[in-house]
Amino acid sequence: MGDSGTRLAVDPNDRVTIGISFGNSNSSIAHLVDDKAEVIANEDGDRQIPTILSYVDGDEYYGQQAKNFLVRNPTNTIAYFRDFLGKEFKSIDPTHNHASAHPQESGETVAFTVKDKAAAEGEEEEEEPAPSTLTVSEVATRYLRRLVGAASEYLGKKVTSAVITVPTNFGEKQRAALIAAAAAADLEVLQLISEPVAAVLAYDARPEAQISDKMQVVADLGGTRSDVAIVASRGGMYTVLATAHDYEFTGVALDKVLMDHFAKEFLKKNPKAKDPRETPRSLAKLRLEAEATKRALSRGTNAAFSVESLSDGIDFATTINRLRYETLARTVFEGINRLVESVVKKAGLDVLDIDEVVLVGGTAHTPRIAANLGFLFPQTTRILAPATDTSAINPSELQARGAALQASLICDYDPEDIEQSTHAAVTTVPHVANAIGIVSPGPSGEEVFVPIIPTDTAVPARRTVQLSVPAGGDVLVKVVEGNTHIKVTKPEPAAKENGESKAAKVEDADEDADEDDSDFSDEEEEEEEEKREKVWKIGSTLAEAAVRGVKKDGKVEVSITVYADLTVVVTARELGGKSAVRGTLPSA
Amino acid sequence: MDATVISLPLPALPEGWEAEKDFRAIGGITKSSATARTLEPVGPHFLAHARRARHKRTFSEDDRIQAQERAKKIEENEDSDISEPEDPILLQRDAKDWKTQDHYKVLGLSKYRWRATEEQIKRAHRKKVLKHHPDKKAAAGRADDDNFFKCIQKATEILLDPVKRRQFDSVDEEADVEPPTKKQLAKGNYYKLWGNVFKSEARFSKIHPVPSFGDENSTKEEVENFYNFWYNFDSWRSFEYLDEDVPDDNENRDQKRHMERKNANARKKKKAEDNARLRKLLDDAAAGDERIKRFRQEANAAKHKKRLEREAAERAAAEEARRKKEEEERLAKEAEEKAKAEREAAKKAKEAAKNAVKKNKRVLRGSVKDANYFVEGDASAATIDAVLGDVELIQGRIDADEIAALATKLAGLKVVDEIKGVWKGEIERLLAAGKLKDGEIKALSS
Repeated sequence: MGDSGTRLAVDPNDRVTIGISFGNSNSSIAHLVDDKAEVIANEDGDRQIPTILSYVDGDEYYGQQAKNFLVRNPTNTIAYFRDFLGKEFKSIDPTHNHASAHPQESGETVAFTVKDKAAAEGEEEEEEPAPSTLTVSEVATRYLRRLVGAASEYLGKKVTSAVITVPTNFGEKQRAALIAAAAAADLEVLQLISEPVAAVLAYDARPEAQISDKMQVVADLGGTRSDVAIVASRGGMYTVLATAHDYEFTGVALDKVLMDHFAKEFLKKNPKAKDPRETPRSLAKLRLEAEATKRALSRGTNAAFSVESLSDGIDFATTINRLRYETLARTVFEGINRLVESVVKKAGLDVLDIDEVVLVGGTAHTPRIAANLGFLFPQTTRILAPATDTSAINPSELQARGAALQASLICDYDPEDIEQSTHAAVTTVPHVANAIGIVSPGPSGEEVFVPIIPTDTAVPARRTVQLSVPAGGDVLVKVVEGNTHIKVTKPEPAAKENGESKAAKVEDADEDADEDDSDFSDEEEEEEEEKREKVWKIGSTLAEAAVRGVKKDGKVEVSITVYADLTVVVTARELGGKSAVRGTLPSA
Repeated sequence: MDATVISLPLPALPEGWEAEKDFRAIGGITKSSATARTLEPVGPHFLAHARRARHKRTFSEDDRIQAQERAKKIEENEDSDISEPEDPILLQRDAKDWKTQDHYKVLGLSKYRWRATEEQIKRAHRKKVLKHHPDKKAAAGRADDDNFFKCIQKATEILLDPVKRRQFDSVDEEADVEPPTKKQLAKGNYYKLWGNVFKSEARFSKIHPVPSFGDENSTKEEVENFYNFWYNFDSWRSFEYLDEDVPDDNENRDQKRHMERKNANARKKKKAEDNARLRKLLDDAAAGDERIKRFRQEANAAKHKKRLEREAAERAAAEEARRKKEEEERLAKEAEEKAKAEREAAKKAKEAAKNAVKKNKRVLRGSVKDANYFVEGDASAATIDAVLGDVELIQGRIDADEIAALATKLAGLKVVDEIKGVWKGEIERLLAAGKLKDGEIKALSS
């Protein structure tokens, strides 16, 4: 990791660890109960704690209470500051801070000016206390202190250490700034882990989860940003193949859609009233209620929208159904789909290669987004979102849970151990580009590739498979390299069609993309879509081995180990048999 | 990862396939076909990978080491808690006397007592049951020997019920640590010995964590915190377990009520006694606590520092004043003595002078007598009177020095004329000086 800067060190025996998901919009804290990660509710009973601080008469509010102050006390409320950590003023995007305290330049960092002190008692009323300028690090420290305080109160023990999740594009400087801010809040940062990987870990740590080799898309749809990552999950080890970050198709964009809708409705009913989007206070009310309505629409098909004194003292109440909302927000939903698709392509993969889509973040509750992604990927791909999979974990809690799990795994480690284990010399390893597998006779006699070690597996790696030998006798274990390609099969045209009646037309995946578009332009003539499937192509042979005298209906266990220097060791034996065939292949 | 079962068959070995040791290497993975990527340092499997990489272990080595460690851990869990030897007397116990039975000892958990977890109790119970089940005794030829088995069941029943367990723990004196005797304390280890007592008492606290006794280096705040906590100790200890049996037949309601009242009173009394006991324990601990003494001294020292300083200053000032006064007195005395001496000297001188004058006067008078009053033959009384009168007159007119000078001139003179000459000279000198008037001296000047 190479994080520099100040770090607190706590004796491993005295540690009380939690996992923190420190988001730009919302944060969560989680801890482990009997090997199960659980998200902690703060004093207000919130598990999603808005990342907002507000100061009123010298009192500090955080979370939902602070968020409510966006209406009445916007200038002393600091929101959306996480992404500014460790950044220079010129490289930050202050769009979302328009309705709260504005960021300003302060040396090499970003700061906010708020009145965080109470007026001294007995003084005259107009004597306001001087406002203070808080750097973003100070703000983060104060916020983290509140989170840790809530966790300590819940656990009844002082929390000393945490694993914190960060986006994949968090730079070294930002990481260092976060660790320093945590240290200032008396919190030891055990490790900073990437948000998508924390989410994957949360799923893989479920007791019923089977560790397997799978390709996952982690779509983290947050309030102000959407991050998508392709994670190759290989035997519980995770490699991020590609990432994309988007600041357009987000929860805030969905709020905006609803705000515009309700503002227009309001103006339609009250033509003489002022547009609520034009006064900051009305806008803040509109935004809060629109967000609440959006959440309600994720749970039910109808939701109410009601604001007292929205504009010009006029109350406004109406309802909206989910269909209407989905129509209004179509562009955002489509944008998310395009974003996911682009990342899959960026990783050099096809949607068919994806085994699982993990939806993370508050916006991932939206049923339509999950459904849309379901259409994007083949039937076999699991979409892990509450709307499509009942066993899915609450997307808002995934990261905090993953962080808590990781914290419990490394809580016994000394800081040097963590440092060494996360060192680049350990983490940077070769990944095999081609899959390694064996050949099996298919039903019609052709050779079928059986992958044992899939592509993008980090070495050293070891995999063991058991294959059946129904006939018994001597069998051949042929170890080969393999690769996938996408086979596109056009359905047989209807009988009346002209000459092109040849069976199936096989094309390459790249050509297929262009073909696709033209197909759609062909109007509804072809009802059936073309069939795309992933097929394995057998590459070069690595070795052959014979297992002799296998019993009828016996089983052969084949184990392939690839070492760090790419040496391959193949072991084959009959299950229950004594002798094994073993051979070593030096790397070429 | 465990082996994955694939439902596909393996091909049959082609005819005539031969290879040394049945293995034929054909190719290998090329370096170029592998890409270096960064693993996410997250999750148990990555940590296993990191462990292997750092210790340079292969998969099988790591598996073996991990398996060993796991096995060790399980063994520790399984055996270490419940391997106490069984006391033969304990095995003879009658299950009816369960009230006096040490349930932890029956289950072989006397090392743990109130610290034993529910899991440990369950495991211990299971282990004991496997050993002492009456069916097993029956198999060994001892039918109807289920006495100890009943003891085990009773112990488990009580220890697995949180309410009953708490009642038993309340009166479990085996878990108490006796307060140290003076003899023990004399050997030192004050803090450790008392610390253990309070550690054991802490089990009754409703509030956790309980502050520890600390050691000689504890700060004042820690020590105060400790004593405050313990003097306000909130204990869950109760004494229902020692209740006398209440007859639960419906025959005598009054008797039953009487017993209940008696029990309630006994509980209350015992609770009060327990509180008093704890208070005494604390008083004893505090009485010998060097830290408290030290803190008090330090506090006193700080409080009195000012006063002492002031007093010292006052003392110094008084001393100074006294010295000054003494000095003054001494000086005054000296001056007085000096003056006295001077006075006496002056007096002496005066007397001496007076004597001298007297003597000189006698010389003067004697001179005129020697000169026979300047007459021939016996001088008449009138002449003598006149001469002596003149002498007296002159004497009265001149001072002592002049008398002395005159006396020296006259001393030793026997001749009348010479004496007369001196006198005449004197009279002339006095006349010249105007001290005598003409005619005053008659007898001498003739």
